[in-house]
Amino acid sequence: MAEWIIVYGIIPFAKIAVIVLVLSGAVAYMTLLERKVIAHIQVRLGPMRVGWHGLLQPIADGLKFILKEDIVPARADKLLFTLAPAISLVPAFVVFAVIPFGPPGMMEDLLRWVLSPFLDAAAVESIATHSAASGGFVTDINIALLFVLSISSVGILGIILGGWASNSKYPLLGALRSSAQMISYEVALGFSVIGVLLVTQSLSLVQIVENQREAEVWYIFYQPLAFILFFICGMAETNRLPFDLPEAETELVGGFHTEYSGFRFSLFFIAEYAAMVTVSAVAVTLFLGGWLRPFPNVEWLSFLDLIPPLLWFVIKVFLLLYVFIWIRGTLPRYRFDQLMGYGWKLFLPLALANVIVTAGVVLALM
Amino acid sequence: MAIKKVEARLSFWESTYLPEILKGLRLTARHFFRNILIHLAHKVGLARHLRGAETYQYPEERRPLASRLRTLHRLTRREDGSPRCVACMMCETACPARCIYIVGGEHPNPQIEKYPVRFDIDLGLCVFCGYCVEACPEDAIRMDTGILEFSSYSREGMVYDMAKLLENSPAPPPAKVD
Repeated sequence: MAEWIIVYGIIPFAKIAVIVLVLSGAVAYMTLLERKVIAHIQVRLGPMRVGWHGLLQPIADGLKFILKEDIVPARADKLLFTLAPAISLVPAFVVFAVIPFGPPGMMEDLLRWVLSPFLDAAAVESIATHSAASGGFVTDINIALLFVLSISSVGILGIILGGWASNSKYPLLGALRSSAQMISYEVALGFSVIGVLLVTQSLSLVQIVENQREAEVWYIFYQPLAFILFFICGMAETNRLPFDLPEAETELVGGFHTEYSGFRFSLFFIAEYAAMVTVSAVAVTLFLGGWLRPFPNVEWLSFLDLIPPLLWFVIKVFLLLYVFIWIRGTLPRYRFDQLMGYGWKLFLPLALANVIVTAGVVLALM
Repeated sequence: MAIKKVEARLSFWESTYLPEILKGLRLTARHFFRNILIHLAHKVGLARHLRGAETYQYPEERRPLASRLRTLHRLTRREDGSPRCVACMMCETACPARCIYIVGGEHPNPQIEKYPVRFDIDLGLCVFCGYCVEACPEDAIRMDTGILEFSSYSREGMVYDMAKLLENSPAPPPAKVD
């Protein structure tokens, strides 16, 4: 009984707590990273005052958000207005429940070390070798990819609700754009993932990474087009430049979050950055081999194993986040008709063609 | 007048945007890594002549000012230390903002010129046009102190009197701008 509680109760909760805390910290420092990277791209310095080279800036920002007045417009739908930021924030974090950031059995030794003073040897051994407890993931479900796709699209619901509940024209326009954008890019995103599914024949993210080890290459080499499509559509899904039309501060005064202030606004803000981390993590898992080192089966590269799998995962996610910021620092916002045109007339056909070609090749090789 | 129609024709590759986006990405990446490298080099004392950012960290680090920039006024002195001003009222007359207030005093010796008893400049009114400097026949007022920061919590505090204006000294010659 005690083992059961530890395996399915305490350990998952500990993992969840760590992930939520680490992700919040990562999101806070993403804002600093973004400001710094864009500053250096634009030959500026960025935040320099709060702490060494602005390192404490996110903390100052967080305090400011908490201290600011929280305004709910008089004509707003109070319930939805309050609910919307939470709806957009939660999914971005929930997706991390199924994302493997380390191999199965990653925490065996740690568990043995932590538990051995409290339990007898047999119980410790049975817990430590239990895959749900010792794996580098909260849970490994066999529909993980579907879970990711379905949950991550709920986040945009928060934006739509926020825009609607504000009862104001610019947020409403932002919300309208958001829903149109969601419909056009969700489809291409889904199809770009199918390419990987056809190759790996599994929906479990852990299994997908394991298959990449067996295939001896990351799937980005099998599915380069799908990776590019996934990344672009992910950018559109997270409302990042050049697809940040729901916000579009130059035309919509901040779009869906025009009426939001203080901590509620910061929830939307955190949600956007958490969604970026999530999309990067999913992209890393599907295309860049998750926790695997580059070329996982090439013998003479085995010195790369010195870097632990968890760190490889973090490095890859970080690199993708850098690309997000890099692209933001490079491209202007698309016009709305261009956005729709790309989604339906370019990305969707390309994704479909990718699926058909991949299916043909997989069928021929089987 | 004939209207000239300029049609923006994109070539095939331009209309796909892809090469252009890659060009843009290359440009921004070059800026980023170049600036980071310059900052790192500065940390170990190299490449001082290159600037990694256009930013001046203002209170600590100041932009070089042009020598002809009009900054806070000062009243110049004669060799014996008395103010050069002869209270001729030329500057007060020339001043478009009417921010100068002079009270002249008569020297007992008629051979010696008038002198200012009061010389106030209300910097809250001053528009820094430099007409007073142009108008002065005695080179008694100049705007070359290089002081740009003067502020006060009250309007009275913005009025600088003669003693304060005489204290100011000219700015050091600007550091070589490279």
